[in-house]
Amino acid sequence: MELMGIEPDRLHFSWISSAESTKFVNVVKEVTEKVKAIGPNTHFIKNTAKVA
Amino acid sequence: MVGYTDKIKEIAGRLLKECTVDMVIGFRKGTMPMMNEPCFATTPEAVDSLVWDSNCGINLANYLTNRKEKVAVIAKGCDSRNIVTHIIENKIKRDQVVIIGVPCTGMIDKRRITDMVAGEILDVSETENTIKVKTADAETLFDKAEVLQQNCALCIHRNPVIFDEMVADAIPEQDVVDRYADIQKIEAMDIEDKWRFFDDLLRPCIRCYACRNACPLCYCPTCFVDESKPQWMGKGQDPMDVRTFHFLRAYHCAGRCTDCGACERACPVGINMRLLTRKLEKDCQEEFGWEAGLSLDQRPAMDVYQANDPEPFIK
Repeated sequence: MELMGIEPDRLHFSWISSAESTKFVNVVKEVTEKVKAIGPNTHFIKNTAKVA
Repeated sequence: MVGYTDKIKEIAGRLLKECTVDMVIGFRKGTMPMMNEPCFATTPEAVDSLVWDSNCGINLANYLTNRKEKVAVIAKGCDSRNIVTHIIENKIKRDQVVIIGVPCTGMIDKRRITDMVAGEILDVSETENTIKVKTADAETLFDKAEVLQQNCALCIHRNPVIFDEMVADAIPEQDVVDRYADIQKIEAMDIEDKWRFFDDLLRPCIRCYACRNACPLCYCPTCFVDESKPQWMGKGQDPMDVRTFHFLRAYHCAGRCTDCGACERACPVGINMRLLTRKLEKDCQEEFGWEAGLSLDQRPAMDVYQANDPEPFIK
């Protein structure tokens, strides 16, 4: 994905068990922070035809 | 490689006459210069149309998938690696195939040659090191090394890794200093340039799927692009769909691709989609020390679990 031109911070991997609620919260926080920092995605958007 | 043809005919004829195999898969002359096509010989008489020259770039492992009968196949270095991959992936059994190994000095790039001469090419002939191209007005002589397909120029496995019979003695392997210079150049670009680079690379794609059809790895009964329940991606030429197709197809070949160049060769608009598969090939080599199709005893990089795998990208 990085090679293609997607910022590495947009893609995150984590292994979270259903029992690890705190870890889940922390990961989500981290992901949102990182993605907010790079701002809205300008690439890899498919514009679908607008139907009136 | 001049002179392989007679030996191939002899071996193929013998295998069919002795009924060791039901069919021999090789090449015959195509209807146009530099366009040899696969040939399926089932009788000893049919082997007369078999040929071997520098236009046999199609990967014959592609025609082995799920065969039930006994077949002999003519295999270059890359083809033999794909046959190994096929055997590992249970697409054919080892005792079902007789592999006729061909030490390969590389295939010529028909697109490059067409660009280098003016007018329609009427005939292409070759000696060991030269290629003679005849058009209506002129005859041009090329050094074979100059007009090789890029994957052949970078090839480090010219001799078959697995074979039952060899057409000729093994040839020395090439010393290629840097196989991935072009990939490193892309890796060094910044994010925006990378995005634009692939936009430009993939813009001409018409989604004909010739690359997929020529690829021996693409044997899924239904390809993800053809699925409609669920439909994973659009089927048109929207740049995002084109990009998704090429990147996803490359990922499906991760740790399996032998860089045989069949995809690029088949492409009607000349897209170098090997840049994608070679990036994954490079990663596999750097991360796992894995090269596809070298041995029947080793499980592929994407198929093994190691408890000590560092996985630093998983948080």
